[in-house]
Amino acid sequence: MNRLYQIVRKDWAEVFKNRFVLGTVAFLPLMAALLPLGILYFVGSSPDIANDLEDIPPSFTALCNNLTGEECMQYFLISQFILLFMIIPLAIPITIASYSIIGEKTTRTLEPLLATPITTTELLGGKSAAAVIPGVVATWLAYLVLAVGAALLGMGSGVMGSLLDPFWLIAVFVVGPLLALTGVSVAVMVSSRATDPRAAEQVSMLVFLPVLLVFFAQMGGLILIDARFVLLIAIALIVVDAVLLIAAVRLFQRETILTRWK
Amino acid sequence: MISIEGLTKQFNEITAVENLQLEIQSGEVFGFLGPNGAGKTTTLRMLSALISPTSGTARVAGFQIGEDDQALRRSVGILTEAPGLYDRLSAERNLSFFAHLYGVDNVERRVERYLKLLGLWERRSEPVATFSRGMRQKLAIARAILHEPPVLFLDEPTTGLDPEAARLVREFIEGLKGEGRTIILNTHNLDEADRLCDRIGVLSARLLAVDTPAALRRDVFGRKVVFHLAHIRPEYAEAIGTFPFVDAVETVDTRLLVTLDDPETYNPALVAALVGVGAQVQFVGEIRKSLEDVYLHLVSNGVTDPERGDET
Repeated sequence: MNRLYQIVRKDWAEVFKNRFVLGTVAFLPLMAALLPLGILYFVGSSPDIANDLEDIPPSFTALCNNLTGEECMQYFLISQFILLFMIIPLAIPITIASYSIIGEKTTRTLEPLLATPITTTELLGGKSAAAVIPGVVATWLAYLVLAVGAALLGMGSGVMGSLLDPFWLIAVFVVGPLLALTGVSVAVMVSSRATDPRAAEQVSMLVFLPVLLVFFAQMGGLILIDARFVLLIAIALIVVDAVLLIAAVRLFQRETILTRWK
Repeated sequence: MISIEGLTKQFNEITAVENLQLEIQSGEVFGFLGPNGAGKTTTLRMLSALISPTSGTARVAGFQIGEDDQALRRSVGILTEAPGLYDRLSAERNLSFFAHLYGVDNVERRVERYLKLLGLWERRSEPVATFSRGMRQKLAIARAILHEPPVLFLDEPTTGLDPEAARLVREFIEGLKGEGRTIILNTHNLDEADRLCDRIGVLSARLLAVDTPAALRRDVFGRKVVFHLAHIRPEYAEAIGTFPFVDAVETVDTRLLVTLDDPETYNPALVAALVGVGAQVQFVGEIRKSLEDVYLHLVSNGVTDPERGDET
């Protein structure tokens, strides 16, 4: 456990000196918090809000039982933006993991590291934790900023109810970390085979596709993300993550990595 | 301390190391000499449980490779071919990270000790990226011995260093030798191997020869003594050529080059014989073949210049 913790400490000390990684960790959550606040504020002050309601999918307007037109529009918008809080925990860990694992190769530190008594599980566990934690914490903080900001801006019950809805809280605080773990496991597997951090990052980013599909499907009114959908996703991700973690440890062949990486 | 039995490593069709048999005693400094691709690094990687052999086995510091690799890794230190340091971190942070991974007690004190020992204490807080190549190599050596392992593997420790840095590293290795550690040294530097190693193994996938540097010279070329005479006559060579312990006599200018096994024992008899036939012996020396000659002879199947060598 101590060795895993040492990997996390070392990775953070090293990775956060990389401006690109630091920028990714800070910028994405900040945007995810500030952008919806700005849009909600301007939508709230728009006089044409009633006309815009026609653009909302009918399946969604059905949920706006007791809400005013303005509140329904805000409810719809915030529901789209909350999805961003499931994408960010995916993006940040992939960026960190791609750099931290292939970084060991490019700086040729992997061989001395593997020569220590560290186990593959400790090494990959440490690398994964070092990548997942900043992304998840940054996302949670951004969500907190969004919620507090919305309250301070005097958003109506549509927005506040959505932000504090248990199923959205599960989406952000449970599904988000599970997605982060998915992204890191994929990044670890890709990094075990790739030799360039950018290539690893780009390949790992393919994990985004299913999440983006869900994002656009909801925007287009094809699906409606509700509590049942979020719970099913959470259960599916637990299974997928378990399989991916086992696969990542198995694919991390010390000998192949040492002798193939030149 | 290290016992190697039939160690073989194949990468697809290529045999990197073939049937290596070797015993290395505790406190011995053993050097592997060999051209690029001879299997030196592969051997060290197998012995430090970084890669597994295709066949054969080895015991290192009491641990069988492939059986208790974690314990084995704890008992060996390895200086890899490239220093492999975290450039963004300070020297102190680099060492403390590895000290924690090796489970060293009192990490701060141990890190301080080795940084001071290698003359890096004053720059302990600076990022390693600002270090010269020599400093980086010293830091990598400190990392290898930080957990004070009984066995140390050094892969090309002075390659690419300027002469001064190389000398400092060599002196440090001599110091480690004095501490009684078992050291395996991979090197291209034959002078370094000659000076530091108790025994040398010439490797070219197979182990071509193993012995002390002096014994390798003797076994490969025999020993050659040179008698400097005031003048030369044919009967001088004839006088000493009759001795049964003399393998060969050559005349070069006013010198007689005599090949024999044990000059320390037989030189007095040779000098007496020369004086007896009227030769004026001005002085006696030995033509010493360099380790480079031995190495080139072994790896190129004996194609070397027989006249090469320095008189001592």
